[in-house]
Amino acid sequence: MSTLGEVAYVRSKNAGPFWITVDIFSQDAKDHALLCRRLRTEAVARVMRLSPEEIRRFEIDGLHVIKFSFRRPQVQGAIDDRDMHGAACACRLAEIPLD
Amino acid sequence: MTRILVPGGALGLGYDRAALARGVEAAPDIIAIDGGSTDSGPAYLGGGRSKYSRASTAAEWAELLAARERAQCPLVIGTAGTCGTDGMVDQLFDITCEILGQRGQGARIARLYCSQSAQRVSKAFAEDRLLALSPAIEIDEESIAACEHIVALAGVEQVGAALAGGADIVIAGRTTDTAVIAALPLMRGDSPGACWHAAKIAECGALCSTRPGSGVVMVEIDDSGFTVRPMAADTRCTVRTVFAHMLYENADPWRLVEPGGILDVSAAEYRAISEGAVRVQGAIWRPTSPYTVKLEGARIVGFQTIVLVIVRDPRYVEGIDRWCASILEKHRQEVLARTDASIEDFDVQLRRVGLDAALGDIEIGSDAKDTTSPRPRPCEIGVMAIVTAATQDLATDIARMLNPLLLHHPLNRKEEMPTFSFPFSPAEIERGTAFEFVFNHAMALDDPMEAFRLEMDDVDAR
Repeated sequence: MSTLGEVAYVRSKNAGPFWITVDIFSQDAKDHALLCRRLRTEAVARVMRLSPEEIRRFEIDGLHVIKFSFRRPQVQGAIDDRDMHGAACACRLAEIPLD
Repeated sequence: MTRILVPGGALGLGYDRAALARGVEAAPDIIAIDGGSTDSGPAYLGGGRSKYSRASTAAEWAELLAARERAQCPLVIGTAGTCGTDGMVDQLFDITCEILGQRGQGARIARLYCSQSAQRVSKAFAEDRLLALSPAIEIDEESIAACEHIVALAGVEQVGAALAGGADIVIAGRTTDTAVIAALPLMRGDSPGACWHAAKIAECGALCSTRPGSGVVMVEIDDSGFTVRPMAADTRCTVRTVFAHMLYENADPWRLVEPGGILDVSAAEYRAISEGAVRVQGAIWRPTSPYTVKLEGARIVGFQTIVLVIVRDPRYVEGIDRWCASILEKHRQEVLARTDASIEDFDVQLRRVGLDAALGDIEIGSDAKDTTSPRPRPCEIGVMAIVTAATQDLATDIARMLNPLLLHHPLNRKEEMPTFSFPFSPAEIERGTAFEFVFNHAMALDDPMEAFRLEMDDVDAR
């Protein structure tokens, strides 16, 4: 069993004060196609403690990228926000085990 | 065709000087740079201040003014001073006059003011002209009035008005990242889809190339598409680096909402051409009605004082959950007993650096039911206490009540008194004002200029 971070490069960033966006870059078209099947939106939702309906998923085949965007759990810079630029989110998602 | 030279992602961030010189030689029609965004949180807008040093900003701005003089074309900056308030526009105007004065140069300078009075925004709210964006954020009269600063994001119409007035230098307050790049080619009749798409690709300078730190790119926009090329040596734009920039800081990779319309790049095609340049065609601009501009506002939530303590004892590292919970409970009781503050007057958080400070309850191993991924134990944990209260004095006094607990609190009452590591004396650090964002709204306007103010000044050469 491998983790997401072992098969692809994962980055996360704030997209305005209210959204986090995560980009998952595969090496090539074959890896990307495989990852599109192996990485379920539900797995991301479970880690982020959101429902799958709250997560927007984009498969950008021309770039071999899967993109997820979702509402920040805390608005950027609010007193209970821990990560101004949403940087650590990618590290956590990279640990998702793949079937 | 319009050539736009973009020296970097933001003024103050640095760029490759040789690349800028090469860009100037290539005869740009305009030099355009961004000065900020909400990227670094609400304190910059709340405090009306810049994230970068005044010295770095002035030094780079002086170089760009010299580049403009050589290229004999307009220079435009958007979102001056990180937050784009009127005060930041005035500050950069003063810096500009100082530099021109030293050089004995003259120029026509436009100042585009984007700050909004609470009165204007309240009126728009009462008239149902504030449109909630997703996710919807609750606002009311009170939250609008509480804002320290409110700005509206100008688009190409307002920047274009400054250029149409014959400005050599445009110092704009808050603008969308793309507006300063898209304004001139749109005025000259280039393809709207290409103008906006090129602007999005070049808004962070060379971030769309193989060497982001080099800063400088040139976009050439015409009536069928655009070409983007980096100006630094040994740097290339590839189909991948250019296309990938549509994803950056953008929740939707296919659509970008701007004042007056939506950019749709779902049918765009990217093709590598000579010298590391990429040609892009096929983006579509869809005008929308009514004309809206996005609002940003920040208000004070309180004042903060923080205390950092380092826990190295393995038994305490192991028992950190219990230790923190016990301190919070004991401290809460002391604050209520010894001050006039009630429970809603203060907020105390203990963030465990080395354990879960960045992610909190989504960190690995936080879910007790999940036994497959245990949380690794570090050899030490930094416990950062954050106190927020209505005044700085109260926040600091509450933080001082934490001091003896963070220094000596034992896991078991019967054990010898332990001591933990404070890196500083005094242990507490006053952070000053804490701000929060207020709006996620757009404001509908009958006339794009009605919420903005343009000032033109001719500075004479000596």
